[in-house]
Amino acid sequence: MSSKVIEINNVNFSYGKQKALLNITFDVKEHQFTAVIGPNGGGKSTLVKLMLGLLEPNSGSVKILNMQPKNAREFVGYVPQYIDVNLDFPITVLDVVMMGNKKEHLKESISIFKRLFPIKYSDIEIKCAYSTLQKVGMQDYIDRKIGDLSGGQRQRVMIARALCSHPKLLILDEPTSNIDPQGQKEIFELLKELNRDLTIFVVSHDLAVVSEYAQKIIYINREAFVHDLGNDTLGATSKSNGHFCQVEMMQMLKGLKR
Amino acid sequence: MIEALSYDFVQNALIAGVLVSISIGIIGALVVVNRMVFLAGGIAHSSYGGIGLAIYFGIPMALSTSLFAVASALLISWLSIYHKNRIDSFIGLIWAVGMAIGIVLVDLSPGYHGDLMSYLFGSIMAVSHSDIWIMTILLITILLFVHIFYREILAISYDSEYASLRGIKSHLFYTLILVLSALSVVVAIKVVGLILVIAMMTIPTFIAEKLSKSLYMMMILSALFAFVFTMLGLILSYIFDLTSGATIILTSAFGMGVYGVISYIKSRI
Repeated sequence: MSSKVIEINNVNFSYGKQKALLNITFDVKEHQFTAVIGPNGGGKSTLVKLMLGLLEPNSGSVKILNMQPKNAREFVGYVPQYIDVNLDFPITVLDVVMMGNKKEHLKESISIFKRLFPIKYSDIEIKCAYSTLQKVGMQDYIDRKIGDLSGGQRQRVMIARALCSHPKLLILDEPTSNIDPQGQKEIFELLKELNRDLTIFVVSHDLAVVSEYAQKIIYINREAFVHDLGNDTLGATSKSNGHFCQVEMMQMLKGLKR
Repeated sequence: MIEALSYDFVQNALIAGVLVSISIGIIGALVVVNRMVFLAGGIAHSSYGGIGLAIYFGIPMALSTSLFAVASALLISWLSIYHKNRIDSFIGLIWAVGMAIGIVLVDLSPGYHGDLMSYLFGSIMAVSHSDIWIMTILLITILLFVHIFYREILAISYDSEYASLRGIKSHLFYTLILVLSALSVVVAIKVVGLILVIAMMTIPTFIAEKLSKSLYMMMILSALFAFVFTMLGLILSYIFDLTSGATIILTSAFGMGVYGVISYIKSRI
């Protein structure tokens, strides 16, 4: 039996008086490909922030790899949503990937000797970045300026940055926003391949795309409704108004089948 | 022109030009990539309050302006971290209130207060030996800061939220960049004045950003361009007897125009 990577239990969260998440409960098992869908402002990004330990729930518990989210960060790879990217920023693909380096490597890089030459990466660091870029098919672009790449290529580099620390769980917030349909498909094919070695948790607004790849779909609109495609069971997890979420979800899935 | 170099005040002006242009070039690169130009503008203008304090209480100008600018930087940093949505309104407020404090304190001070225009538009020929020392210490501090913490600065400048997740103290580095830009503004007041300093921070940086593949290269090029524009501006202001600060800025703007024309022609070939 595979162990639980994410455990969300009766989580409530509000921004001031505005309730963002209500009684959210679900779990994600090891190597499961999970997608979170729902309308804008429905609480998807809030959920991700709770899972990363950037926010604390008002009540309930969030556990990642059986740890508090803040303590689990070094085992979690994160690909943030990019709305506002400065394409002129002078930075290479290698620099971006190295930002995701594991803590031990960071400690090595801040030793006194390294402090004298902070812009020089060690051979171990470059080797690590190269092998990570190989996983996403971007190794030939290691010295290129990030702003010169296409949206899809940039997103692959962001995934490489998240993979650099060899995480057990990869969280992606809208990884294919502003990417053309072909690029979207390529990113999801890549995630499917990565899913062999790690658990994938992806936030998306596009049910049509994620339903092709995800084994579990969580619909969030303040409340959560979990649809496990693995055994085709439907179950509302929000106690207060689960039926509403279930109806919305069913409508979306029906629309998809048509 | 050559005989002018034998004068003590001309030598001081040239040394100050070199020191300040390198400091401003490096800090300008960080200000631009972190999108802090408006914030730095707020700090620069509000530091007039420090000038007013110095005149009213009779305290050293460098000390009073530095303290005032650093206090503004800390306040702006706190506001931009915790009240991000309304930061433009707060900056506008700090910008104007700082200047107003300065003007009112100068009005309340008895006697002659010297040429106040020199603080607004610079007076590089009035740079003293102690000013040179302050500029040197600041440049060394900036060089050490950006060199030692290069990886952290790069990470927070590119993606501060991700940097925080990787254990980097984003808010601390953000505040340090603002404090160093405040101190750079204070020393640049002598060279170009507090109104023109933002142009000196942004014009060389704009060209450098286009030509660089890394932040390190951008800082080096930005310092180099700032140095070249400052020296050319000083020479032209001496030859044509013009205000040095304004001439430096116009030289920089001309350099930017030349760069724009060259890159346009290159893109058409």
